[in-house]
Amino acid sequence: MSGWMGALFLRELRLSLRVGGGALIGVLFFLAVITVIPFGVGPDLNLLALIGPAVLWIGALLATLLGLDRLFQADRDDGSLDLMLMAGRPLEVLVLVKCLAHWVGTGLPLVLSAPVLSIFLNLEPLAIGAVALTLLVGTPALTLIGAIGAALTVSLRRGGLLLAVLVVPFSIPVLIFGVSASGAAVTEPTPFLTPFLLLAALTLISAVVGPVAAAMALRFSSD
Amino acid sequence: MAILDLANPTRFLALSARLLPWLAAACVIAFAVGLYMTFFVAPDDYQQGATVKIMYLHVPAAWLAMMCYSVMAISSLGTLIWKHPLADVSAKAAAPIGAAFTLISLITGSLWGKPMWGTYWVWDARLTSVLVLFIMYLGLIALWRTIEDPIRAGKAAAVLTLVGAINLPIIKFSVDWWNTLHQPASVIRMDGPTIHPTILWPLLVMALAFTLLFFVMHLMAMRNEILRRRLRTMQLQAASARVGVATPQAAE
Repeated sequence: MSGWMGALFLRELRLSLRVGGGALIGVLFFLAVITVIPFGVGPDLNLLALIGPAVLWIGALLATLLGLDRLFQADRDDGSLDLMLMAGRPLEVLVLVKCLAHWVGTGLPLVLSAPVLSIFLNLEPLAIGAVALTLLVGTPALTLIGAIGAALTVSLRRGGLLLAVLVVPFSIPVLIFGVSASGAAVTEPTPFLTPFLLLAALTLISAVVGPVAAAMALRFSSD
Repeated sequence: MAILDLANPTRFLALSARLLPWLAAACVIAFAVGLYMTFFVAPDDYQQGATVKIMYLHVPAAWLAMMCYSVMAISSLGTLIWKHPLADVSAKAAAPIGAAFTLISLITGSLWGKPMWGTYWVWDARLTSVLVLFIMYLGLIALWRTIEDPIRAGKAAAVLTLVGAINLPIIKFSVDWWNTLHQPASVIRMDGPTIHPTILWPLLVMALAFTLLFFVMHLMAMRNEILRRRLRTMQLQAASARVGVATPQAAE
């Protein structure tokens, strides 16, 4: 049972990390977004420290959205998605494993690079830790929700833009609780734990809703 | 039983053709009564003056924006679970109407907000979630328009609609979650409405009129969609017949 899941996980991870996978381009894009922000809002360090957590979260959201079309597209192009659909394994679990591997390949590098990038935004050590922690808990939700959009648009040529439009509304709660948790860690009276636990709850909900809906969409797209 | 009878599109077309004039007449009467009550029965607010009349368009439009999504969610269940042949027609026909109601509630809301709050737009929880609902409607319409085959487009949109249905309770209760500028819900509450009958009755009549308007437009859009699909099938048949005549000579 767990043998095929481990094999699939390793396959996805290798494919995304090796040449042609393009997983780490997401981190480069993240860096580019963070670099552009001060040109837009001005180099005021106090302002940047204020909006820093939000900027990091939006950058992570955009980087995740851009990487999502790789989740099923390459497998559909070379036919391995059809093999996975016909393999007789529970498709929901398969999608969950693919999402996990995709997150380790694209989401985790974003989380790890966030502390480095937050130095550019003049964040305090406490805020840096809070942003990294909320990103660690929250970005899986973005990938899992995004899997629904990726599955719905898998049969379309150039479906990336539509994918982003479909996924953005559902990612708003994640963004709200992620940013408010990382903001609450710095400002004293507001509690950190409440939005943080809600963020964790959103991730757990999307771990159920995402794979189930994405598997349903994949089944419909194949026939 | 009745729903199953309607699975035959021809029977649906016949029934809806008989139903539509009555519904349209009821809709016109309800709008006449509702607008009369709005302008002549309902009192001006002692603070807001005549601008409070915007509410009689704004609130029913916002209700209908949410009800329309519920209709789409139920239709999506019909598509995915019962495989009802008209369910995805119903969902597809409802989407632009819902988007229009959402836009009406956003526009009237910002016109009302300008004299009351001094600004056209505030990033208040409820306004924001209605804007999100509007984006979701447009995304669904875009998905329908992007996938060519209507059956597959209907199934894909049904999945997305059901996922989006999780967003509806968030809209309804967002007022309680992030309590900000917008006044809390005052009509649908556990302990009964808190607004005066002279305001409540015109509002309810207008809500009825909007609901009837929705059903009239929904039925008409469904009829159009059925006819559009028949046209598409006939065009495909005509095209394949032409190919069928041409190919035997080519194949020989």
